[in-house]
This record gives sequence, structure tokens and C-alpha cells, in this order.
Amino acid sequence: MSEKELGKKLDRCLADSAVKLGAGLGLGIVFSVVFFKRHTWPVAFGLGMGLGMAYTNCQNDLRAPYLIQRNIKVSNATKY
Amino acid sequence: MLRVCLKGANSAARKCLCGNGVPLHPLQQCRSYTSGGSGSSAGKIVAASVLTVGGGVGGTILYANWDPKFRANVEKSIPYSDQVFGLALGPAAPPPVINKPRKVEPVQISSMSEMWKDSKQPKAKEVEKKAEQPDAEGPPAPAPQETLEEASAQVAQILSAIGEVPSVPAPGTHEAEAVPPPAALKGVPAAAAKCTECEHEPAVKERPEGEVAARLAEQDKAEQDLLTSLSSNLEDALGSTAKVTLQAIGAQEAALQAIAQHTRQLREAMEAEAPPDKKSTQWRVLEDALSERSRSVDEAGAAVLKAKAELDKLRGVIDGAKHLKIAAARPSILAAEENLHSMVVDLDSVVTRVQTAQSEAKIVSQYSELVNEAKAQFQKELNSITPEIQANWKGLTGKLTQDDLNSLIAHAHRRIDQMNRELAEQRVREQIHIDSALEQQKLEDKKALEVAVSTALEHNREQMRLEQEKKVEETREVMEAEMRTQLRRQAAAHTDHLRDVLKVQEQELRSEAEEANPEQLKETEYRRLTQDQLDSFTLDMNAAYARLKGMEEAIDSHVIAEEEARKAHQLWLSVEALNYTLKTAALNDPTEPLEGAVQAIKESCAEDEFAQALATALPSESLSRGVYSEASLRARFYAIRQLARRVALIDETRNSLYQYFLSYLQAMLLFEKAQEAPPAKLSAEDLDTFKLLSYAAYSLEHGDLELAAKLVNQLKGESRRVAQDWLKEARLTLETKQVVSLLSAYANAVGLGTTMAP
Repeated sequence: MSEKELGKKLDRCLADSAVKLGAGLGLGIVFSVVFFKRHTWPVAFGLGMGLGMAYTNCQNDLRAPYLIQRNIKVSNATKY
Repeated sequence: MLRVCLKGANSAARKCLCGNGVPLHPLQQCRSYTSGGSGSSAGKIVAASVLTVGGGVGGTILYANWDPKFRANVEKSIPYSDQVFGLALGPAAPPPVINKPRKVEPVQISSMSEMWKDSKQPKAKEVEKKAEQPDAEGPPAPAPQETLEEASAQVAQILSAIGEVPSVPAPGTHEAEAVPPPAALKGVPAAAAKCTECEHEPAVKERPEGEVAARLAEQDKAEQDLLTSLSSNLEDALGSTAKVTLQAIGAQEAALQAIAQHTRQLREAMEAEAPPDKKSTQWRVLEDALSERSRSVDEAGAAVLKAKAELDKLRGVIDGAKHLKIAAARPSILAAEENLHSMVVDLDSVVTRVQTAQSEAKIVSQYSELVNEAKAQFQKELNSITPEIQANWKGLTGKLTQDDLNSLIAHAHRRIDQMNRELAEQRVREQIHIDSALEQQKLEDKKALEVAVSTALEHNREQMRLEQEKKVEETREVMEAEMRTQLRRQAAAHTDHLRDVLKVQEQELRSEAEEANPEQLKETEYRRLTQDQLDSFTLDMNAAYARLKGMEEAIDSHVIAEEEARKAHQLWLSVEALNYTLKTAALNDPTEPLEGAVQAIKESCAEDEFAQALATALPSESLSRGVYSEASLRARFYAIRQLARRVALIDETRNSLYQYFLSYLQAMLLFEKAQEAPPAKLSAEDLDTFKLLSYAAYSLEHGDLELAAKLVNQLKGESRRVAQDWLKEARLTLETKQVVSLLSAYANAVGLGTTMAP
């Protein structure tokens, strides 16, 4: 059903963002502890990176139907 | 962040100041420093913020001044910025969008002007000038149209002229034939002949015999009239021509006589040696004769011209008569031609005679002139020697002295010598002159001969042609007469034969009739009675048979009608079954697959093409999977509506996550009517997502799934994508319902058709 698609996309977004944030947090903690003398900024950096990646992924997922694909030639593309 | 910095700055300041062990003063300093720092930092904050804002605004204004698109964007997105920009920069320049169409128009029109012919170019240029204006769509279209109309009018004129042209020669050819006869023959007969010819041409059907005979009689009469008129005309023409020709010949003869007389008198005057007074009378007589001759010659010439004209006229009349092509007139035509020919011959001969006489007269006159000259010369000489002696010196004898006589004799001797010399010279020259004269004469003779030969040839040819025509005419007449006799003989033989055969037949029949006696009469009576009985029997039999046939047919038709009714009933039942399956839809579940019911329909109406076509027109998905009911679609619609409202702002250009957030915000803040009656026509502003959804909801609530589907079809962007499946289902349901309703209507109609009213 086409009306359920948006819901599914948003679910994926949330799941993805949770994963990315968690991963970012984890890596940030690791780096902070290992390389950067327990400063807070790697954690923030990792969280930020994770959030950014999640945001971009979500956006791309929501945009996917409107993207013009490079493997379709203009002459072959059907018009809607 | 700022507080952290501030705290950091504070702690740093305190450390540096308190670390040095400075007394309270520094604390005050510190305090003042900090308070001053706080005051100055507040001021700094304010200053920094003011600077930032001012810098931002100034930068925006400067960039807007440089880039009008940016200015337009800012004006669109920030309210009241257009007024600020107006104050700072002045009004924005109007967007230069109109240039492109303007540039395109002259190109189009120049191409159009190329299409027209060269003569139309001034008009096209005019049109180009007109097109310089911004709204120039109107003039170019009517102006080329006008020229097109003109061209078409010209073409039509040319075509009509061409169409007219061939029609002209046709009556001309017909008229050309008709013109000479009326010119030659005046009045009614010619018109009658033309009319009969015209009548014969259009009507080409058979006419009854009487009419044919009447027409033939008419034609004959017309021919007769024509003939009489023609002959009378010919005679008149002949008579006048003959008269004129005779006149001409007479005049020529008179001229001939006058010339001969004149010549004779001239010769006499030359040779005779009469006394002076007689001579003068002679000269006077000669002069009269000369004048007489010239007059008669002129008269003759005029008469000849007149005669020639008359002859030409006569020839024209004969040609006209020939054109009429009437057989009976031929002999008279031939006679006229002969007369014409003879007249021409006579005229020519007389003219030649006159010419010869004239040439002779010329010779004589020349001779007379020469003689006169010589005489005058002699007289002069004589006068020069003996001046006092008169012309008639013969009478003088004693008056002359010796010397005069001697001188006279000497002069005479000298003259004689001179004469002798001249004579010798003359003799020599004479030979040469004679030779040249002979040559000339030969040439002239040859020419004259040729002319004579040609005229003689012409006359001969004419003669032979006339003879030939005469002979042809005779043979034709003979042939016609013979044919007529033969036909008459044949007709007579035929009538005789018919008469004989009829007579024989009459005999036979009479004998047969007499043989019939009373017995035979009775027998025929008896036969007649039995025949009557048989006739009545057969009539009864036929009637009975017809009734039987009628009954059989009635029964058959009943059977057929019942069969039809049964089939219709079956069809109706299967359609009802299909209808029922449509009702088996539970909420949110589709119906059962319609396959089985459709199969039943197809079997029940195997030979009905319309029902078969309809049965196959059902969409395959409805057959395999079933369709959703209207109620389930209605319920589903509300979920769709919520979702469509939420993504109303998303389309191809706006689809970032931020736009999604905005779209959700819009859906939360925007309130529209839950249901709104859709107008009859959708305008541009009705194509807003929210409005469309409320229209669709209204339609659904009022049971109009079709209109709801149409309205949902107008959605754009992400809302459309969200509603896609619902739309597909709605289409399927509508299609299926339509086909099923058609089938049931058809089944009902067929059922109605087969039932017979009591």
C-alpha cells in the first residue's frame, strides 16, 4: 500500500538514526578515552557525525522517488 | 558559551591580579575591572550584535543591488523586505522576459513571407512592421489571410476564365456553319433548317412511325423551300453577273475600236501629205480620237473591275450554296459554276486583246513622234538656210536666185551626205538595236507565254473539274433511282407474301371450325364441369394446407420465443449472481474473486456477442483477486487524507527533511472544512491539496466514488504518491461496477424483449 510507505520510511529513519547515534556515541567514547585524554569533544563529534549521517540517510530515503537516475538515458525515459 | 568565556576571563583576571598580592585597591580595580568589564562586556555584546545585524542587513542590500534574483527571493521570503529594498535601492527593474517572444515573431513572419510569392512581399514587410508591437498576434494572421483570400480570388478568376474559354468555341463552331447559309439565303428556310438540325441533336430516342413520317415530310418540304430559294438566288446572281460581264466586254470592245481608230488615224496623218488647213483638221480629228480612246479605255477598265467584283460575289454565293449540301441543288450549282467559268474566260480574252491593241498603239504613237521630230528638225534647218522661204516651198519657182538655188542645192547635197552617213551609222546601230530588241522581245514573249499557259491551264483544270462533278452527279442520281425501284419491289413482294399466307390460314381455320359438330360441344361442356369441380377442390386443399402451415409456424415461433426467454432468464440469473458476489466484500477485505461468476455468464450466453465482450472487459485483477467495496474504500480514504495533508508541501522540488517538518507543521496549523461541495468546474485555486481532499470527502459521503476518484487524481507530488494505491483500487472498483451494471441492464433489456405482453 502506498500510504504505508511513508510510515515505513520514517520507521527506518528512526531505527537508522538510533543505530548511527549509538555508534557515533560509542566511537566517540572510545576515541575520547583512547586518544584524546577523556575530553568531551570527541563524544560530541561522534554524536554529531552520527546524527548527520542519520539525517542524510533519512533525507535520501525520503527523496528516493524524486531522484533522476543516471543510468536512465533521456531518450529512453518514459514520461509521466 | 559566552558565560564560559566570561568565567574563564574572570578567573584568569582574578588569578593574575590576586596572584601578585595586590591590596584591596586592586580588588576594587578588580571589581571595577569586572564591573567595568561586565559593563564594557555588555556594551561589547550590544555593539557586536548591532554590528553583526547591521553588517548582515547591509550585505544583503548590497548583494540584492548586484543580483536581482537574490532580491526577488528575499522579497518573497521576508515580508516587508520589498519596502526596505525600495527605500534603499529604488524599485526593481522589471524582469526582461518579454524579449524572447518578440525576437521570435519577426523570424516567424519572415519565414511566412518567404512562403508567399514575390509579389506579396511588400505586404509581408508591412506585416513585419506591424509585428514590432508587443501584441502583434492579430495583424499577421489576418493580413496573410487577406492575401490568401486575394490570391484565391485571383485564382478563382483565372479558373473561371479558363472554364469559360472552352465554352466559347463550341457555339462558335456551330454558328460558323449556320452563318454562311443565312448570309447567302435570307429568311425562314435557313432558320427552319437550323432548327430541325438542332432538334435532331438532343433527342436521340425512337419516335413513333407517324411522327417519323411527319418529320420526314417536314424535312423534305424544308429542303424543297431551301432548294427553290437557293436556285432563285443563284439565278439572280448569275443574271446580274452576266449583265455586268457583258457590259464589261462591250466596254472593252468599244475601247478596242477606239484604239484601232485612233491608231489608224494617226498613221494616216503620218503618211498623208495634205495641205496645212486639212492637216490641222486632221490633227484636231486625231486629238478627238485620242481623247475618245482614253475615255473608252478608262470606261473599259472600270467595267472590268465591276465585272470582277460581281464574279467574286457570284463565286461566294456558289460556295455558300455548296456548303448547304443539298443534293437536288447540285445541277443548278454546276450550271452556275460553268457560267462563271465561261464569263471569266471571255473577260480574260477581251482584256488581253485590248492590251495588245494598246501596245500596238504605243508603237505607232512613238513612230509618229519620231516622224514629227524629224519633220520639225528639217523645217528648222531649212529656215536657218533660207529664212524668208515659207513651208510650202514647192510652189516657189521664179522667186529664188541662182545663189539661193546653189546654196540650197549645196545644203541639199550636204544634207544628203549627212543623211548617208547617218544612214550607215544607223544601219550599224540598227543591227545592235534589233538584237537587243529581239532579246527583250523574247523575254517578254516568254513571260507572256507563261502567263498565257498558266491561265489556259487554270481554265482547263476548272473545266475538267466541272465535267467530273457533272458526271458524279449523274451517276449518283442514277444510283438513287435504281435503289428506290429495288426497295419498292421488295416491299411489294413482302406484302404479296403476307397476303397469300393470311389467305391460306383463313382457309384452314374455317375448315377446322366447320368440322366441329354438336357432340364435341357436349364433350367440352362435360370437361368444363369437371374442371370446375377440380378447381374448387384444389382451392379447399390449399386453404387447409395454408392453415396447417400457419399453425406449425406459430408453434415453432412459440418454441423459439420460449428458448429465447429461457436464455435471457439464464443470463439474468448469472448476472444476478455476479452482482451478489460484489456484495460479499467485508470491510477492509476484497470480495471473492469474480472468476466463477464471470465464467457462468460466459457459458450462459455463449452466442451473445455483446455479453461476451462485456464479460471479457472486466479487469483481470477483479477476476483473480476481487474488488474492494465502496465502504472499505471510504474508510481507507480518511487515513489517506490524514497522510496526504501531512505531506502536502512535498513534491519534486521540495523534499528535504526540513520541508517534511514544515509540511507537518502546515498540516497541524491549517484548518479546512471537513467536507465541501465541489463546484461544477474546477478553477486553478481549487487544485490545492486541502481543498481537493475536502471535495473528495464530500463526494464520498454522498456516494459518488467516481467524482472522489477524479478529484484525488488531481493531487500532485507526494500526496499523489501516497494516494496512488487507493486510486488504483477505486478505479478497479468503478470499472467492475460499471461493467456489471451494463451487464445487468443488458440482461434486463433482453428479458423484457422476450416476454410477450398478455
